[in-house]
Amino acid sequence: MTDTLVAFDDVLASYDPALGLEVHVELNTNTKMFCGCPAVFGGEPNTQVCPTCLGLPGAMPVVNAKAIESAIRIGLALNCEIAEWCRFARKNYFYPDMPKNFQTSQYDEPICFEGFMDVDVDGEVFRVEIERAHMEEDTGKSLHVGGATGRIHGADYSLVDYNRAGIPLIEIVTKPILGAGEKAPAVARAYVSQLRDLIVALGVSEARMDQGNLRADVNLSLAPKGSGKLGTRTETKNVNSFRSVERAVRYEMQRHAAILDAGGSILQETRHWHEDTGVTTSGREKSDADDYRYFPEPDLVPVAPSREWVDELRGTLPENPLLKRARLQADWGYTDLEMRDVVASGVVGLIEETVAAGASPQSARKWWLSELGRRANDAGLDITDLQVTPVEVATVQALVDNGSLNDKLARQVFDGLLAGEGTPAEIVAARGLAVVSDEGALSAAVDAAIAANPDVADKIRDGKVAAAGALIGAVMKEMRGQADAGRVRELVLEKLS
Amino acid sequence: MSWIRKTAAELADALAAGEVTSVELTQAHLDRIAAVDGAVHAFLHVDAEGALAQAAASDARRAAGAPASALDGVPIAVKDVMVTEGLPTTCGSKILEGWIPPYDATVVTRLREAGLPILGKTNMDEFAMGSSTEHSAYGATHNPWDLDRIPGGSGGGSAAAVAAFEAPLAIGTDTGGSIRQPGAVTGTVGVKPTYGGVSRYGLVALASSLDQAGPVTRTVLDSALLHEIIGGHDPKDSTSVDQPLPALVEAARLGAGGDLSGLRVGVITELSRHEGGQGGWQPGVMTRFQESVDLLVKAGAEVVEVSCPHFVHALAAYYLILPAEASSNLAKFDAMRYGLRVVPEGIDNPSAEDVMRATRDAGFGDEVKRRIILGTYALSSGYYDAYYGQAQKVRTLISRDFEAAFEKADVLVSPTAPTTAFKLGEKLDDPIAMYLNDLATIPANLAGVPGISVPSGLADEDGLPAGIQILAPALADDRLYRVGAALEAALLEQWGGPLLDKAPTLEGGAR
Repeated sequence: MTDTLVAFDDVLASYDPALGLEVHVELNTNTKMFCGCPAVFGGEPNTQVCPTCLGLPGAMPVVNAKAIESAIRIGLALNCEIAEWCRFARKNYFYPDMPKNFQTSQYDEPICFEGFMDVDVDGEVFRVEIERAHMEEDTGKSLHVGGATGRIHGADYSLVDYNRAGIPLIEIVTKPILGAGEKAPAVARAYVSQLRDLIVALGVSEARMDQGNLRADVNLSLAPKGSGKLGTRTETKNVNSFRSVERAVRYEMQRHAAILDAGGSILQETRHWHEDTGVTTSGREKSDADDYRYFPEPDLVPVAPSREWVDELRGTLPENPLLKRARLQADWGYTDLEMRDVVASGVVGLIEETVAAGASPQSARKWWLSELGRRANDAGLDITDLQVTPVEVATVQALVDNGSLNDKLARQVFDGLLAGEGTPAEIVAARGLAVVSDEGALSAAVDAAIAANPDVADKIRDGKVAAAGALIGAVMKEMRGQADAGRVRELVLEKLS
Repeated sequence: MSWIRKTAAELADALAAGEVTSVELTQAHLDRIAAVDGAVHAFLHVDAEGALAQAAASDARRAAGAPASALDGVPIAVKDVMVTEGLPTTCGSKILEGWIPPYDATVVTRLREAGLPILGKTNMDEFAMGSSTEHSAYGATHNPWDLDRIPGGSGGGSAAAVAAFEAPLAIGTDTGGSIRQPGAVTGTVGVKPTYGGVSRYGLVALASSLDQAGPVTRTVLDSALLHEIIGGHDPKDSTSVDQPLPALVEAARLGAGGDLSGLRVGVITELSRHEGGQGGWQPGVMTRFQESVDLLVKAGAEVVEVSCPHFVHALAAYYLILPAEASSNLAKFDAMRYGLRVVPEGIDNPSAEDVMRATRDAGFGDEVKRRIILGTYALSSGYYDAYYGQAQKVRTLISRDFEAAFEKADVLVSPTAPTTAFKLGEKLDDPIAMYLNDLATIPANLAGVPGISVPSGLADEDGLPAGIQILAPALADDRLYRVGAALEAALLEQWGGPLLDKAPTLEGGAR
């Protein structure tokens, strides 16, 4: 079934969107939230488990102090109040990947509350208010085997891996974001992107969306334009990239509008985002019938971070992202327009790391924004998910700077990096990409090109220097691109002067 | 006198003096179990091989001059709600039939480290829900004083094992009286320590905010000796008290001297009146209680009457908080990872949910289902404030009652249970009558304060044991032992020997 959609501009003519974002951040603590099992990604199934995270009878939780520290630092970075006293609660529901059939979470007493983040959207600052950031444990992972979709319906059987069960999560919930209008999709994307930058700067999570370290749920509702009301919302899950956040908001706005235009009403439900087709589909219905029977977790004592500790943690916060941007722009010497492009593309952090690894700011911008940005786009990936690191980009640029590579060859090195062929040096060697600096060979090739193109040679002799391009092209072709084009030009002009 | 009738303290002395080995003691108790447990049914699982191996190790330690603790080599029985690595742990439920835990509870670890051979696992009401041990899925335990009667519950197995001389010591757990009430009706001593005083890690939770493990013994001193081994802070239990235990054994020895001068004993009005009120107090139980209070006065204590007006609401609050927590604690039994797994018939491709439903339907008994339903309801959206929330407020008021009472008195006393042991089956169809058995013991669990039940004698009507409960402020468990030991000494003198000497000799009934 295909949803009917309304053109985006028409949505805005009739409705005001309200956004809400719930972002789950998987912390990078050494151990799990409530036990001593390693909290690392990628172990063999069910090898990082113990009585506590398997929910065996009798086992009890003990809070990971590092997770509390990370939660507080996230809260402080989001300008939140930090609770003087708060508790964990049990969220009760049955599901095979939940070892205890309740999730230990926080309910009405979150550790962080009432904060905000200023988000830069195309140079305009938009304040997103944070309702809360609370601690909880992750569930295990179900793997549905058989059937076509990998979903539970139609599967022959299911397997559960509890390695992930008990990994600490921080859930960051915004208040309804109103007044974003046409920028709602961009605000959503910018918020998640900037939140990720903040999490990375705090060093509390790997924050990779493709690996599920950072997971966004997008709530959206529409209300009649100017009504000041909130409509019925849907919650879209499985939104696993910045790009998808933007697309999912846009899609839901268009879908809601079509239903409302037709006189229908929105079903309050969970929807699943499909990256490949760019649509959402209905998940389970969410209604008041969901009763998690929350109550304070009696196996844990309240968490009461001292004010001294909170102040101490305040001193460990990274620079405010917006101030930092201004500083970086000045350091890098970018124009406003260049900086805006860099921010909009989500590559500030990548450029920062590339510059730190020795590349010039302009070369770093050039590679990330044009070359690698294009490749990410072609592959439908977030640029942060490309298999090229800032250090590798700086290494390639260094080879260009010392004349070993030209830009064209450098692009081939990136091909090699994306194909997983090894380090830049290994790729240069394996693909034979080094610039030919043998003057004899180069000179011979130039002579051959002059001999083969007497008409062109004559034009150049007559002073039409612009014609040199044809000869340079011929030489570069002969040298299979592995020559320094600047040197070839010099030789051509020398010989025909 | 045979070894099995000696107290744990006497056995420890005999081991230290080289008069007996742990292997001999352990074998003597295994023989006793073989002889009488067919009739008593205190045990769900006996680990003769394991116990004898631990006993041999204990003897080796002692021969090397390095006993691990005061009770090294003295055997013990453990309630089947404590997980034991390599030994079945069922909690009296079919849903855990055949499950072998891969780890030890902290209490069990401490017993092993202290060198106490574990004889086996004792019977209990399913998931500790009950006051008679009749709710065990593996059949009821019988009271050694009268095999047609209940041994109390939920820890009837541990109390009966100690009363029938099948074990000198046992571990119990007390959520609303499950150590103290069986102690009262079997003529044994049972202690519920301060909440957090003994680790709950590995105790299969009934109601996490109420559960507490403690000693089940025949004397006050034995309880103190055992309490010092199992008690103390455990980093694996966040609710465990991070303070050293008071000197319990010292308090018991001091108390046995019989001098309680300067001690203020508060008699709780709401729990010691014949007339009116809830529960139906049996006259013979009240008579023995009053005599015990008189003995405390004789030992030098000053008696004051204290009122705890909110105790009348304790039972109602308890039966909201306990089921609420239990409904969540017992959710983990879903056939997905361990224990019983029932695949429903007549359904094509049953889902995980179908299997969970069928397993829980087949694996849980009626009382467990009753409390899960009660608790689920009490926590439901729209009812939470009226039930769970309100019960928590009552709980606070009960704690304040205790605080006020402990301003006037150093310890509080009441009868442990309103009646002596009733007949098997008598209250099985009347849950409220069953719940009323714990009327006097529940307030201590709600407030987290410690309590001990000490035998007060035999009721005149039926010649069955009654108990007196002594309660102390949180963390002052030593007061239980001082007062309990003083009372015990006075009563022993009056009786001319242990109360259990008056119990009928159990014959035969091999397992």
